[in-house]
Amino acid sequence: MAPVKVFGSAVFANAARVMACLEEVGLEYEVVEVDYTAKEHKGPQQLSKNPFGQIPAFQDGDTMLFESRAIAKYVLRKYSKPAQVDLLREGNPEEAAMVDVWTEVEAHTYLPAIAPIFYECVVYPARLGTSSNQKVVEESLEKLKKVLDVYEAHLSKNKYLYLAGDFFSFADLNHFPYTFYFMTTSHASLFDSYPSVKAWWGRLMARPSVKKISDGMVLRA
Amino acid sequence: MAPPVVTVFGTANFANAARVMACLEEVGVEYEVVEVDYMAKEHKGAEHLARNPLGQIPAFQDGDIKLFESRAIAKYVLRKYSKAAHVDLLREGNPEEAAMVDVWTEVEAHTYFPAIAPIFYECVVYPATHGIPTNQKVVDESLEKLKKVLDVYEAHLSRSKYLYLAGDFFSFADLNHFPFTFHVMTTPHASLFDSYPHVKAWWERVMARPSLKKISPDMVIRA
Repeated sequence: MAPVKVFGSAVFANAARVMACLEEVGLEYEVVEVDYTAKEHKGPQQLSKNPFGQIPAFQDGDTMLFESRAIAKYVLRKYSKPAQVDLLREGNPEEAAMVDVWTEVEAHTYLPAIAPIFYECVVYPARLGTSSNQKVVEESLEKLKKVLDVYEAHLSKNKYLYLAGDFFSFADLNHFPYTFYFMTTSHASLFDSYPSVKAWWGRLMARPSVKKISDGMVLRA
Repeated sequence: MAPPVVTVFGTANFANAARVMACLEEVGVEYEVVEVDYMAKEHKGAEHLARNPLGQIPAFQDGDIKLFESRAIAKYVLRKYSKAAHVDLLREGNPEEAAMVDVWTEVEAHTYFPAIAPIFYECVVYPATHGIPTNQKVVDESLEKLKKVLDVYEAHLSRSKYLYLAGDFFSFADLNHFPFTFHVMTTPHASLFDSYPHVKAWWERVMARPSLKKISPDMVIRA
């Protein structure tokens, strides 16, 4: 059986999201590079895999998927051995709901606050050679602080080890790629003001799957 | 009438509350709707923040379970109450089908919604609730983005010949498109969909759903 394929390397945060799940379930996978600078993601071959011309895309035999969170959940549902890995908790509506709540918060609130810092401080300098737009970075840091206020309150009040409870879940994993990149910038020190959040991040980075994928997440010019 | 089983904080004129109510109607669960006075900033007050720490609408309660984020609430409702209702909008028992539901749910959240939402705000919300006139430049830019998105939807539906987004079955993916599309269809820009025959036919199938016909009248945003 051919290994599953991820189209897009780990430097792409959304590809890293998928790969972290593949590592969690211990499934062998092949990475096919997509040349972003050459706009390969907008070419006909990639568009047939991801009609919006985005990275990543994914293949498992005849099953072709796009949208990293959809791919990730497919991998977790199909290949998790429940006794070892249950990051979705779909057999328990109350636990699954907590996983979903913080997955949604990442997608709609956390990511919009942290992403501009990632683009300004990591992507644009590496890919375009431009310097960061400090105004955009400052505005995003202010937004991110308000978001982290909520995370700090949630984690400290509930004394949870992880976002959905005392179990590592898809919700935590979804925060990994963009937060990892944020932590490579000078703004990483922001998390020092949020001790419960910082401790949670430490737990995340200790995860073998996360450590392994983050080694490949170096964005160069 | 049976007593309510669950509570939704936020009325149907809030599109994300309507998303949750559509699911409750699909599974036939009795629900109570508690108004949250947006104009009085009740959603930023202490009581609502205890239910939704982001100060957003909706929030939800089922006994001791308190949730926020409309898509998370919706999936909780579908997982907990679907079996009794013989409805399967998530297809989580079948990884390939569930993946298709997830793909088009993600597309709605990250691509369709950002293109369509400014039209909703400029043409429906701001004039009705704030007396602010429509910013035509924003609307025109959004229409251009939306056309490119609808190109992909049209290709997907016409090539696959699916009745719905994830396949020949109505799913959570279709339902997620309902609230904001409904609102844009009340504006003159509804005619945009005439250029996308498969999308238009899909939308008519979606709107024929009894659950959506039932909550639509409560969704109208008035001054």
